[in-house]
Amino acid sequence: MIPTSFDYKKANSVEEALSMLGDDTQILGGGHSLIPALKLRLNSPGTLVDISKISSIKEISDGGDSIAIGGGATHASIANDKSLDQYCPMMGQAAREIGDIQVRNVGTIGGSIAHADPAADWPAILLAADARIVVQNKNGSREIAADQFFKGFFETALEEGEIITAIHIPKSQKNSNSCYVKFKQPASRFAIVGVAAAVEMDGSVVKSARLGLTGVGEFAYRATAIENALTGKPLNETTINEVVQNATENTNVMSDHFASEKYRAHLANVYLKRALRKLG
Amino acid sequence: MTKYIGKSVKRLEDKRFLTGQGKYTDDIKLVNMAYAYILRSPYANATINNIDISEAKAQPGVAAIYTGADIPESIAGVPCGWQVNFKNGDIMKEPPHPLLVRKKVRHVGDGVVMIVADSRAIAKDASELIDIDYDIHDAVTDPKKAAEPGAPLVHEELPSNVCFDWELGNPKDEVAAALASAAHVTELDFTNQRVVPNAMEPRSAIGHYDTAYDRYTLHTSTQNPHLTRLLMCAFVLGIPEHKVRVVGPDVGGGFGSKIFHYTEEALVTYFSKILGRPIKWTADRSEAFLTDAHGRDHVTNAKMGFDANGKIVALQAYTYANMGAYLSTFAPAVPTYLHGTLLQGLYTTPKINVDVTATFTHTNAVDAYRGAGRPEATYLLERLLDLAALEMKVDPAELRFKNFIPAFDGVTQPGYQTQVALQYDSGNYEPVLKRALEMVGYEAFRQEQANQTNGKLLGIGFSTYIEACGIAPSAVVGALGARAGLFESAQVTVQPTGKVSVYTGSHSHGQGHETTFAQVVADKLGIPIEDVEIIHGDSDRVAFGMGTYGSRSLAVGGSAIVKSLEKVLEKGAKIAAHLLEASADDLEYNDGKWTVKGTDKSVAFGDVSLTAYVPHNYPEGIEPGLDFSSFYDPTNFTYPFGAHIAIVEIDKETGAIKLKRFIAVDDVGNVINPMIVDGQIHGGLAQGIGQALHEGAMYDEDGQLINGSYMDYCMPRADDFPSFEIDRTVTPCPHNPLGVKGAGEAGTIGSTPAVVNAVIDALWKGGHEVKDIKMPMTPERVWNAMQD
Repeated sequence: MIPTSFDYKKANSVEEALSMLGDDTQILGGGHSLIPALKLRLNSPGTLVDISKISSIKEISDGGDSIAIGGGATHASIANDKSLDQYCPMMGQAAREIGDIQVRNVGTIGGSIAHADPAADWPAILLAADARIVVQNKNGSREIAADQFFKGFFETALEEGEIITAIHIPKSQKNSNSCYVKFKQPASRFAIVGVAAAVEMDGSVVKSARLGLTGVGEFAYRATAIENALTGKPLNETTINEVVQNATENTNVMSDHFASEKYRAHLANVYLKRALRKLG
Repeated sequence: MTKYIGKSVKRLEDKRFLTGQGKYTDDIKLVNMAYAYILRSPYANATINNIDISEAKAQPGVAAIYTGADIPESIAGVPCGWQVNFKNGDIMKEPPHPLLVRKKVRHVGDGVVMIVADSRAIAKDASELIDIDYDIHDAVTDPKKAAEPGAPLVHEELPSNVCFDWELGNPKDEVAAALASAAHVTELDFTNQRVVPNAMEPRSAIGHYDTAYDRYTLHTSTQNPHLTRLLMCAFVLGIPEHKVRVVGPDVGGGFGSKIFHYTEEALVTYFSKILGRPIKWTADRSEAFLTDAHGRDHVTNAKMGFDANGKIVALQAYTYANMGAYLSTFAPAVPTYLHGTLLQGLYTTPKINVDVTATFTHTNAVDAYRGAGRPEATYLLERLLDLAALEMKVDPAELRFKNFIPAFDGVTQPGYQTQVALQYDSGNYEPVLKRALEMVGYEAFRQEQANQTNGKLLGIGFSTYIEACGIAPSAVVGALGARAGLFESAQVTVQPTGKVSVYTGSHSHGQGHETTFAQVVADKLGIPIEDVEIIHGDSDRVAFGMGTYGSRSLAVGGSAIVKSLEKVLEKGAKIAAHLLEASADDLEYNDGKWTVKGTDKSVAFGDVSLTAYVPHNYPEGIEPGLDFSSFYDPTNFTYPFGAHIAIVEIDKETGAIKLKRFIAVDDVGNVINPMIVDGQIHGGLAQGIGQALHEGAMYDEDGQLINGSYMDYCMPRADDFPSFEIDRTVTPCPHNPLGVKGAGEAGTIGSTPAVVNAVIDALWKGGHEVKDIKMPMTPERVWNAMQD
């Protein structure tokens, strides 16, 4: 398990990191996906630019109408953040289920979403949370809505030379009534199906909902038809059974030796129902 | 006089392990050492047309590149240590297993080129510059399909892929007649899937040739240093044995996979002399998945017949056993003499026949893996019993009580002669199941199961197993095809100051011998445990040894130590008698001193040992020194047994299984260190349950191992298990001095079928009357079973 040789540069600031990026460079965050890929020689960049020591992107702070999570914040820091538990409980629920303690202590949310593993937890949650992803390049920064960020199989809206500096989680009614449920692949403990649900109620009926699914298709997606069907209905067992019929509509469902396409599609419905029941 | 035996003495070796000071093979760095990387076949079946090493060889830091062409024809490869004959008497097919393939690769991972360089990284980089031209052929990976006419041949010089066929027990027609007259016959087709051993420490080997002394040293991660030396010297490299030292230092787990002599050990040893530098090779995890000998891989059909009262009348079993591409050291013994011979189980079955066909396939070798054959036998029997109980609508526990062999102690009553060659030493089977039922709260559980309303399916599964450990009487195993004896040696050196060094041929790679053996020595000599040192794993320090596997260390190796201790005490008594001016017959030995019976005249162990080495005032005709070696060859296997019960809950919507409780009552004979035995049982349970629920190596049709990493191969983890509920009964072994039977494999052997049976029980309770769920019982497999 020896990677090809590479140069290593440690950045102390985002600006320094950006200046180090160039041809044949790769950003190193927590390294939990990148290092195994290097060791298996699936990836062999000439230079690693380590952004994991940049303190300015590791913080979780109150941004007024949103919680701002640094791109370099670890899963553990999200798991332990009280304000997220208050404003967006699905964040902590997901963080506490990622990998094991060692992974959570080093792995970062920015690294995870940049990698965009189709079975990673964060994409589903950021979709459901209506998160905004802040990225920076040498010329400045821009915000990308989660809906526009995840584009395909290990594919995102990130462009060359951009670093994820922050993820903004709105302090919305929906996010304060949210949850994440996950059926784990037993070996990797990534999601075979992960469902993030955020539901805003108007009295006893659903005002609006955002439902993110990961692990199912080639990239995380929202079950928009079901979101729409929920709106205006009471969140009870009858509604849930009536509305959650085909959570994989318009999705190219994946198949592997842990879960066939048919079984995965079934699980997507089961777990979507379970998520909604937790909020009902 | 048992200050230590029977006590949970904390493991003396743990300080170095827990503080990171264990010394494993890969920790060893020798002066001027070079590092080897082995370029392996990416194909399961292919002909090599050409190997171009020119570019790789030119890389800076590359010391040498070796291919099969660099190995003389006289070195054919690594041998097999166990011979099984065909039914017609022909010797099994035993094609060579070359150190590096010259012409044809036979499984993914077959070694083709060894690159030796100044660093592991340089060697690995250079390997990517080697160009090998392959012609790729069709592969076969399933042991049953491999036996079919027209299957791709693994060894083209052989007429078929059949390595041997073999049968044991009563004549088939007698078994068939008994089955025909049975009131009920339960039949089951199943696969005992292939598993990867996954020792925490990957294999590693360092070869070193010392020109000054014309002597080789091989450091290797092995369960078995002396046997490795014997096989490598006498059967592979043709080097005189006294010119080779083999050291197996601290070893991080083996589970069987490090019993065997591997090609890499011979490669680094042989080429260290040619290169003139020590050569180290260490497997990375991917190589461990591809090349550590795998376990299990049986495809079986079995029928068990019952009379109207539920008594078993006959058992017929047919098994296809996968050998892989080459025969590993003990591979032929596993599906035969370690499997067929155990099909009596704990039951009085009067007619048993087992028929085994072993085949070559384009896969990595399969050999002994924790339990080795006995888990396969237990799985076969225990699955049939629980399924029969469901089919006949009788209680599975009652069905077992009805069929248990009555108790026998092997002392006043004879051992139990089975229909399949073995004679059990001692057994008392009802109490283990009774105790397990008590612990479960069986009646209450059945109530809970009947009244369940939470949308889940509860199930209970049983397994009452027997195993053969303490391997083994040399003459018996010789008659069964072993090409080695299976005794053990022990030297006890009492130092002049009364401190004791014990040199054992057993090898500890997690078992805690440095503690358990020291407990035995300290108690037998009546000295503090701190005064005892256990030395193992070095052929220059320990005269000979047969290593550790088959739960044999205490039963065989411990017995050899006891024999030497008896000799020490016998000679010590003569010296003590001289010092006390008494007759040796008038002395008694207690608390580390010899006392003249009925007096207060005594002499301490340390005074006697000092006298033995400073023999100024010394008995006539007695040699100086206090140092004895012994070889112990057991008179029989030992036969631990037990009852395991699993309780599972199935999520009806997803098929996910939750293991709610696991109860294990084991009888491993006398227990020296309860904590260590508990630990062995816990680890064994995790491994056995892991096979039922999580583990399973998957080769695709092209012979690619498609789950060769921890991202895809699921190892069980602590949070997959409930807290195990364990207890013991004690039926001492009647034929070894410590009365011990062995505990290393019990958990693995008993647990797997209990879990599968529990899932089947739950499914039947839910109205899904399926016979089998393939292991590992993934949620999807269980869910599919409910979609009827």
